[in-house]
Amino acid sequence: MSALYFLIPVSLLVAVVFLGWFIWAVRSGQYEDTSTPALRMLADEEAEPGAAPRVTDPTPKQEKRE
Amino acid sequence: MCRPVKAARSEAESPAAIPPRTAPAPRERCFHCATPCPPDAPEQDGRRFCCRGCLAVYQVLTNNGLGHFYDLGQGAGVRVKEEPASGGRWDYLDDPGVRDRLLDFREGNLARVTLHVPAMHCVACVWLLENLFRLREGIGSSEVNFPRREVSILFDLAKVPLSGVVALLDSLGYPPVLRLDAVEGRRARPSFKRLYLQLGVAGFAFGNTMLFSFPAYLGLEPTAAAGLSRFFGWLSMALAVPVVLFSAADYWKAAWQAVRRRVLTIDFPIALGLAALFGRSAWEVMAGAGPGYFDSLTGLVFFLLCGRLFQQKSYERLSFDRDYRAFFPMAVTRRRGDGEETVPVSRVKVGDRLIIRHRELLPADARLVRGRGLLDYSFVTGESAPVEKRAGDLLYAGGRQMGTAVEVEVLRPVAQSYLASLWSREEVARPRSGGWAGITDRVSRWFTVTVVGVALAAAAWWAGRGQWGVGLWAFTAVLIVACPCALALAAPFAHGAAQRRLGLAGVFLRSADVVEALARVDMVVFDKTGTLTAPGQEETVWEGDELTVAERRAVAALAGQSAHPLARAMVRAVGRIERRIEVAAFHEEPGFGLSGEVDGHRWCLGSAAWLRRNGVPAPVGGVADQAEVWCAVNGRLLGRWRFRGRLRPESAPVLRAWRQAGMRLALLSGDQARERDRFAPLFGPDAEMLFEQTPAAKLEQVRRWREEGRVVMMVGDGLNDAGALRASDVGVAVTAGPGEFSPASDVILEGGRLDRLPAAWRLARSTTRLVRASIGVSLVYNAVGISLAAQGLLAPWICAVLMPLSSVSVIALAVGGVRWAAARLGLPTAHAISPETSTLEAVAV
Repeated sequence: MSALYFLIPVSLLVAVVFLGWFIWAVRSGQYEDTSTPALRMLADEEAEPGAAPRVTDPTPKQEKRE
Repeated sequence: MCRPVKAARSEAESPAAIPPRTAPAPRERCFHCATPCPPDAPEQDGRRFCCRGCLAVYQVLTNNGLGHFYDLGQGAGVRVKEEPASGGRWDYLDDPGVRDRLLDFREGNLARVTLHVPAMHCVACVWLLENLFRLREGIGSSEVNFPRREVSILFDLAKVPLSGVVALLDSLGYPPVLRLDAVEGRRARPSFKRLYLQLGVAGFAFGNTMLFSFPAYLGLEPTAAAGLSRFFGWLSMALAVPVVLFSAADYWKAAWQAVRRRVLTIDFPIALGLAALFGRSAWEVMAGAGPGYFDSLTGLVFFLLCGRLFQQKSYERLSFDRDYRAFFPMAVTRRRGDGEETVPVSRVKVGDRLIIRHRELLPADARLVRGRGLLDYSFVTGESAPVEKRAGDLLYAGGRQMGTAVEVEVLRPVAQSYLASLWSREEVARPRSGGWAGITDRVSRWFTVTVVGVALAAAAWWAGRGQWGVGLWAFTAVLIVACPCALALAAPFAHGAAQRRLGLAGVFLRSADVVEALARVDMVVFDKTGTLTAPGQEETVWEGDELTVAERRAVAALAGQSAHPLARAMVRAVGRIERRIEVAAFHEEPGFGLSGEVDGHRWCLGSAAWLRRNGVPAPVGGVADQAEVWCAVNGRLLGRWRFRGRLRPESAPVLRAWRQAGMRLALLSGDQARERDRFAPLFGPDAEMLFEQTPAAKLEQVRRWREEGRVVMMVGDGLNDAGALRASDVGVAVTAGPGEFSPASDVILEGGRLDRLPAAWRLARSTTRLVRASIGVSLVYNAVGISLAAQGLLAPWICAVLMPLSSVSVIALAVGGVRWAAARLGLPTAHAISPETSTLEAVAV
C-alpha cells in the first residue's frame, strides 16, 4: 500500500506532462481552426512542376448554377 | 398606321405569355468553372472554356504545375466575371498608411496579411490558395481558414508589394473583399484560447480528483489507510488551486463587479458557492477531518466553462456586427489636377472632387458637378428605380451610380453623411444584448438572497444552541448544496442546443440568448421588396402579338444598353443577347424610356407617355399596380410587358402559418402602395400594411409598436431596413447565403428560408419551457438538500455525489429536451446545403 505514495505522484506527473502539451497546443493556435485541416487532408498530393491535370474527361460532371 | 392593342382585354382572358425559350442543345461545360459554354467558346488542349477569363486562369495554373487543381474538383474554378481591372486599381494598398493597417505583422521586409476571400468554396480552392507561392516570386507560405473564408499570406515586401498579392488573388478569381471596417481597425476576431486553457485545466483537475474521491464514493472507511486518505485530500487540494485561481477567474471578476454595481447576476451565487466549497474543503483537509469536496468544485467549474464555450461559439463565418462601413469600398478615385488618383476613403476631405464610375458606391454626401447622375438608392431607401440627378443636385452617400462616370464634390465627411447618421441613431447604436434581463438573472436574484438567508438563519439557530461547530457546518453545507449549477447551466445549454439545431436548419442566431427573445415574440413585421419577394426575379407578362426572334433580339439589344432595372428585367424576359447587334442613335430619357435604331428599324421602349411623345399612339391610363414597358417599332405599337415582383414560394404559406398561430402581422414597405391588394389577402384583415416608408419611418414605426408593449420581430433583407431591424426585439435578415453581407441583426436566414421561422419560434418557446422545467427540478433538488443541510443531517458522501449528479442531469435534460423538441418540429439534423448557397460568391445586385 505504501507503494501508492510513490506511484500516484509519478502518474500525476505523467498526466501533468500531457497537460503541458495541451497548453502548448492551445497557445500555438492549433485550436483556432479545427475544420480546415479536414479539408486539407483531402488534397495532400504535392503539385508536380509542369504537370498537366490527370483528368482526361473534358466535360466536368459537377453541375453548376449558371 | 395604328395596330389595335390587344392589352385592352380583361384579366379573364389570359394574355399571351412570351413563348418560352426552346431549351438549347446541351452545351459543353467550361473545364474551369463548369458553366455552359457559348458556341464560340475558346478551346485549348482539347478542353473548352466559357470565356477568356477562365482560359487565362487555366493557362496560369497548368504552366505553373498546378494542374492538380482540376483533379481535386472538376469545374471547381471560380468564373472571373469582370475584365481584369486596369493596372493601378490596387495601388492604394501600397500607401504605407493603408498597408500597415491591413498587415498582421511586419518585420523588415517580411509581412503577413490576412484577407477575406468569400469566393473560396471547396477543397480545390483551399489547395490552390495554399500553393500561391508557386505563382509569384516573393510569396511564401499561405494558410487558409475555411470557416472564416480567410487566407493568411506570408510574403516579402521587397519582391512583391501588397497590391501585387491582391492582384494575383483577383486574377485567379478569388478577389479579396476589402472593406472600410478592416482598415478602420475593428477587427474583432474572437479567440477562445483562454477559455480552452481554463477548460483544459479544469477538466484535468476534475478527472483526477474524481479518481482520488473514489474511496469516498464507495463509502470506504478512512481508518483502513488513514494516511492515504489524507494524502489524497492534499493532492486534490493541490489540483483544485489552479482551478480556483485560473479557471474560475472570470467568475470572481464578474461577482466582484456585480457587488460593486449592486446587481445580482448568476455569477454571484456561483462565486459564493465556489468559495464556500473551497473554504470548507480546505479546512477539512488541513484539519484532517475529511477528504473535502474538491471533485464537486472542479466538476462545477468544468461544466460551467463548457456551458460558456457552448454559448460563445457562434458561427465563425458569420459576422453579425457590421455597420455602414462594411458596405463601403475602401478606396475611391479622386481628381488631382488634370489626372486621377486612387485614395482610401478615409482620406477624402470636404471639397475633394471624386469620380464615381458605373456601379461604384458614393461614399460621402456630395454635389454633382459633371455628368449625368443615375443613382440607385436601393441600399438606402429600398426603391429599385434609380433616381436621376443633374449638375448642382445634392447626392446622398450610399447611392450607386448606374451609367457613365460622374464627377462630384464632397460636401460632408464620410462619417457624417446621412447614411452614417441613420446608423448611429440611438436605437441603432444601442448594444443588442442587455436589453432586458434573462430568466437566469431574474431567478438568480431571489435565489441568492434566499440561500444566503437560509444559511445565515441555520448558522444562527445552531449558534443559539451553543453548537458552533454544527452551525458552521450547516452554513457551508447550505451554500454548497444550494447548487446554482442548474441555474447557471440550464439556460446556456438549452439555448446553445437550440441555437445549434436552428443553425443546421439555416437559421443562424447571433448568440444563444436570442432564443429567449425569440420565444417572447408576439408580432412579426415584414419588409416587402427582397424579403417577401425574391430579389431580381419578376413575373413577366407580355400583352400583344407574338414577337419574332429578330424582334426579340432587337429589343434585347436596345434594352441592354440601359442600366435601368426595368431594362434589365426586359433583357431577362426576352432572352439573352447571342450576337453582337449594333444599336444606332441610342437615346435614354430617364423616367421615360429608350429609343434607338436596329437594322434600320426605329424602336421605342418605355412608358405610354414616352411612346406618345415619340409619335406612337399609346393608350392613356395604365394598370396601377404593376410596372409596365410599352414597345413600338417604326411608329407601330406592338404591345407591352407587365412586371411584378415574384413572391418567394415560401411567403404565402409562412404568412398563413403565422396567422394560424395567432401572431399579429404587419408589412412595412418602401415602395408605393401599388401592391396593397395583392398582399392584403395574405396578411389578413388585422394586419397593418404601411407603404412608402423611408428607413427612418420604418424605425419609428417599430419603436412605436414596441412602446405599445409588443415584442416585435422584424424580417427584412437587412440593407435599407437595418435601422428597423436593430430597433426591433429580434431582427431577422434574409440573405442568400451565410457569407453575405448583413448588418447588425439577431438572426440570419440562409437562402431566404422564410418557412423555417415559425418552426424556429416554436422551438424557442419549447426551449424556454424546458429551461423553466430544469430550473424547477433543480429547485426541488435544492429544497430537499437545503432542508437536510440546515438540520446538519447531510452526510458528506451525499454532498459529494449530489453536485455533479445534478449538474449532469440538468445538462442532459436541457440538451436532450431541445433535441426532442426539434425533432418533433421536423427540423433537420444535418446541414443541408440549399442550391442557392452551394457557392458563396457575393451576389451581385
